[in-house]
Parts: sequence; structure tokens; C-alpha cells
Amino acid sequence: MAVLTYREALNRAMTEEMEKDPNIFLMGEEVGHYEGAYKVSQGMLAKFGEKRVIDTPISENGFAGVGIGAAMVGLRPIIEFMTWNFSLVAIDQIINSAAKMNYMSAGQFPIPIVFRGAGGAGGRLAAQHSQSFESWYAHIPGLKVLAPYTPSDAYGLLKTSIRDNNPTIFIESEVLYGSKGEVPEGEFLIPMGKSDIKREGTQLTIVSWSRALMYVLPAAEKLAKEGISVEVLDLRSIRPLDEEGILASVRKTNKVLIVEEGWNVAGFGAQVAYLIQKEAFDYLDAPIERITQEDVPMPYAANLEKSSLPSEEKIIKKVREMIK
Amino acid sequence: MSQPKTKKETEDLLELYRQMLLIRRFEEASAKAYSMGKIGGFCHLYIGQEAVGVGAISALEEKDYIVSTYRDHGHALARGLEPKSLMAELYGKKTGIVSGNGGSMHFFDKKKHFMGGHGIVGGHISLAAGIAYASKYREDGAVTLCFFGEGAANIGSFHEGMNLAAIWKLPLVMICENNHYAMGTPEYRALSVKDVSVRAAAYDIARDHIEGDEVRKVREHVKVAVERARRGEGPTLMEISTYRFRGHSMSDPAKYRTKEELDKYKQGDPLIKAEKDLLSAGWAQEELTKMDETILKTVEDSVDFAEKSEEPPLGWLYKHVYAENV
Ligand SMILES: Cc1ncc(C[n+]2csc(CCOP(=O)(O)OP(=O)(O)O)c2C)c(N)n1
Repeated sequence: MAVLTYREALNRAMTEEMEKDPNIFLMGEEVGHYEGAYKVSQGMLAKFGEKRVIDTPISENGFAGVGIGAAMVGLRPIIEFMTWNFSLVAIDQIINSAAKMNYMSAGQFPIPIVFRGAGGAGGRLAAQHSQSFESWYAHIPGLKVLAPYTPSDAYGLLKTSIRDNNPTIFIESEVLYGSKGEVPEGEFLIPMGKSDIKREGTQLTIVSWSRALMYVLPAAEKLAKEGISVEVLDLRSIRPLDEEGILASVRKTNKVLIVEEGWNVAGFGAQVAYLIQKEAFDYLDAPIERITQEDVPMPYAANLEKSSLPSEEKIIKKVREMIK
Repeated sequence: MSQPKTKKETEDLLELYRQMLLIRRFEEASAKAYSMGKIGGFCHLYIGQEAVGVGAISALEEKDYIVSTYRDHGHALARGLEPKSLMAELYGKKTGIVSGNGGSMHFFDKKKHFMGGHGIVGGHISLAAGIAYASKYREDGAVTLCFFGEGAANIGSFHEGMNLAAIWKLPLVMICENNHYAMGTPEYRALSVKDVSVRAAAYDIARDHIEGDEVRKVREHVKVAVERARRGEGPTLMEISTYRFRGHSMSDPAKYRTKEELDKYKQGDPLIKAEKDLLSAGWAQEELTKMDETILKTVEDSVDFAEKSEEPPLGWLYKHVYAENV
């Protein structure tokens, strides 16, 4: 098995898909000559040329719309947002055009488009550059929302997204681009709506996704040393949601902690908690708990930034309380 | 433009007149149905602007694309979409052009390359650039025509779409139907320029500006832009000056303008102009009256069809939220 970085896995997925289908093109700021602000599209301009790897001016609303228009007539664009923070000036196009075109045209105009780019918190980038928007996009019918944690998931899910006939919000994690993991040789796809048990356990389930798993997994490791067995479920796919996978784990462990990097109010974890109490209430031995980002814009100061995010310590402390 | 001279020219004008009259009668019927509560939501009529849509769209070939706004009835009819399925859509029936999912603001017809009525002011401009982008990508020789109001020329999407179309030399013709009001806001309170097309200079693209009361003149000018686009010479920004005789939508009594102003513009009613030209070219009034009767019958039939059609089944609520992966 090859060991790839998260960014290499994404690059491989796009490259393989573009080799197969001439309708696919990659568009965004700095994706071509600069090879990606985070170097995800390294080598792709050289391979596919300027026709298929297209640098745009800074105009997110404009090029998101161009992608959607092109998708209306059968192309399959991959639109890179340098980071998801800047998708907000394109959110009108994503919600009002991409998500609804198929519905309001009664199925005449499916929009096979992938919007992808770096998301999440990190690196002391402060309030405007350090945010998680999974919950925002997951709110919208017509969109699919994915947030892979491992290189292998990033590869398999991106390929699935590119082949999907619907608009996909593919949120990568800025701090994971350099992370390494085993990616099986040969082509494989990972279906949407399928979570993955990243660690088996019996006493408590932690539901999480994307970069928050960076805190969750080592916490589970440490807890295991104390004799507390935690199961870690990586959603990977926020919408569609693997309801069965979540419920199966909860029925096994009877306790749930949801850890997400985004904010608490109206955060996606609240939806997961609702699902669990509704469908598995009788299996719960404790109230469902959540650890989220603090309810503040991201501060710049290193200590404040750290204290605002989920962390290993917070998770360990919470699990201990819940297991008592 | 002078009167039609030859028989061919006269027949040509007659056909354009027929299309304009169909729009006028269809809109009048929509207004009536709306006031009877048969049509819901917003309903923006095109009455007064017919020469723009009909003239512009008659400059296109079948392979070309049209992108419209929420004021899309006229454009759809000019493109040849069935009055029956449009009226049924206004009624929210399963036989509607998008089976009751869209209503007045969202007509779509893939076969006719009618790429939608869009409800967000200016949002459709970058979509149009995207469709034109795909034509360039695939070298299919098609041109995209995008309609918008002067109000839309102030939104970011307009500027981003224009800039992208310009740098990539997309086969796009942008038609600003300047009816001088964005809802209740007159142009002079919202626009830094008197003529939207001068903004073409900012993108270094071609521009044009005409009055939109003569349907054949509109076509001639749009044709120049369409051909330029087809030759690969990039987009054109046109302003076509026009006027809506009704309020912004059915719920707008249009109190922000004077009766004198309205009357002045009604002198330039594109239908009356075309009619006068046809009569002085020797066409008989009876012929025109007969044509009107046929059109009225078509529109009545469409209303009848809409009335009698069923509502979409409740089971369709979730249909088309997501496309199938095949
Ligand atoms: C982004 C956005 N803002 C506001 C509105 C509400 N609205 C609908 S039409 C309209 C006026 C637009 O005028 P104009 O572009 O000149 O077109 P016209 O209606 O005159 O054809 C407004 C303000 C909207 N639909 N979208």
C-alpha cells in the first residue's frame, strides 16, 4: 500500500478522473500556474493544459456561477475555493443556483459540480480565515456535504463526488494537507452516506469528522490506557448522513459524545443528537454530550485559539465524567 | 428603422408582430388570473417590453442559449415555449413546464435551450457566462443571450460575470433591458451612469445602445452582437431602452411614476408601432384582427388547459431534490 499525503490523495483522485472524462475541468484561484494555494493541483496544469486547469481572477461568486452554468449544459466542473471562508461571497450561487436548479427545473438541469477547498480552523489565522462551515451547507437540501479525515477517504470520496450528478460540498482540512496515510493501490470509491469506525470500542461512542478527529483519536488512545473503551465514528459524509451507522454504534455503547470543530449553536452535532434521542432513546445511559468550538469568532492569540477549540484534554475530561 | 418595403419584409414583421401579440395577450390573461387568485407568488409582467425579447431572440439559432430573469414569460414565449405549459406552470399544475416546481419566475426548457428564469437579481449573469464558457470549451458554436434589468447592473455578480466573459472572450451577448425602474427605484437614483452599456469600456468589450420600441431594429442590432460572439470575438454589452406599462410585479401599483410619463411611453408601444408599419405597408386591418382572434383563442385554450389540469401529486414533493446517479 502506498503512503500518500492528504493533498497527494486529492490530486490523484482529480487526475485519474480527469484522465477518464474530458468533461471535467478544474477551476479556481491559483489552481494552474501556482499549482494551488495549498498545492493540491500540483502538476495538473502541465498534464491537462490551460483549457482544463483554469486560473480565475478573485471573483468567487463569478466563477462559482460559471461552473454551475457549465454544469447546466453537461460539463462536470471542479471548483476550488482557496478556502471555504471565501465561499461566502459565492454562497448565493451555491444555495440559490446549484442546490436548487434540478428541483426548480423539474429534473431538467442536474448540476454535477464539486466545490472543494480548504476548510476548518487552524494556524492562528484568526476570525475571518479559521472557520468550519459544514453545518451551513448541510442545512441545504440539494447539496451533499463531505469532510474526509484520512488520505484514503479523501481519495475515495473525492472520486465519488466527481462522479455524482449533484452539487457536492467537499470540505478539506487545511491542517491535514500534509498528513500521511495508507491509500490502497488501484482505484476505489467510497460511497457517500457511509461512516467509518476509526476505532472500535464498547463503553462510549464519539461521533466526529474531519480535523476534530486529530483530537479525538489520541484522546481515545489515552482513555484506553485508563481502561475506558471508546468507539470513534468518523462521519466522513455529513449529508447524506449514515444514520444506521450512528445508531448501531450507540446501541452498542449506550453513550455518545459528539465532537465538532464548528460552533455549537445550530451546529451539525445538534442534528446528530436529535437523531439519536429520537431513534435510540431507550439505548442511552447518559445524556448526549457535545464538544464544539467556543461560541466566539476565532481569536488570534495562540492560547485563546487553543482554548476555543476542542482538544484532547477536553475530550478526555468529558469522557471520564460520562463514564463515571 | 423604416417601414418594411418588400413582401418578404412585411411578412417577416407580421411574424414578429404575432409573437409580440401573443406575449401581450398571454400577459393580460396572466394578470386576470392573478387577480382572481389563480396564480400565486410574484408575477412580473412583460407588457411594454415585447419588442426586446422578440427582436433579440429572433436573432438566434436553435443551438443558442437564453438565460432569463424572473420576468421570463415574454422571453419564454418568444423562444417558442408552449403557452399551455407556461400557463399551467403559473397555475402550479403538474402539466406546467416544470411541473409546478417553478412558477412564474422559474421557467426552464432544456430542449429549447431555455436556461431558466432566475429569481436572484443578477445571479444568473455568471450562469450565462458559464453556459457560454461551456460552448467555448466544447467548440459547439453556440451563443448565449442573457437578459437582465438595469437594476441588476449594480450587483457584484454582474461585474464578476462581465470580467470573466471578457478575459475569456466568451460567446455571450448581455442585454440590459433598461425599463428605467428597479422595482420603485428610478435608474438615476441607482446607477452611476446614464447608459449601462458604457460599462463595457471597463471590461474592454463591445457595446451597443438602442431604443427598444422597434422589433426589427432590435433584431438587427442583436444580430451584430451574436455574430461577433460566434466569430470568437467575445461578449457584447447592450442596453436596450424600454418601458414596462405595468408595475414591477402584480402587487405593485407603480405609484412612483406619473401618468404623464406612462402616457408618453405608451406612444412608443412596440405593438402599435409594428401595427402601424404593417398597415402602411398595405396589410389589411381585418387580417390583423383575425390574427388577434386566433391568438386570443390560443391564450384562452392555455387558461382552460391550466384550469383543467391536475395539481402535482403530493408524492412529487421530494422528487428532483437530488438527481439520480446513472
Ligand atoms: C439579490 C436580489 N435583491 C433584491 C431582489 C428583489 N428584487 C426583485 S426584482 C428587483 C428589481 C430589479 O430591477 P431590474 O434589474 O431593473 O429589472 P426589472 O425588474 O426592471 O426587469 C428587486 C429589487 C432580488 N430578487 N434579488
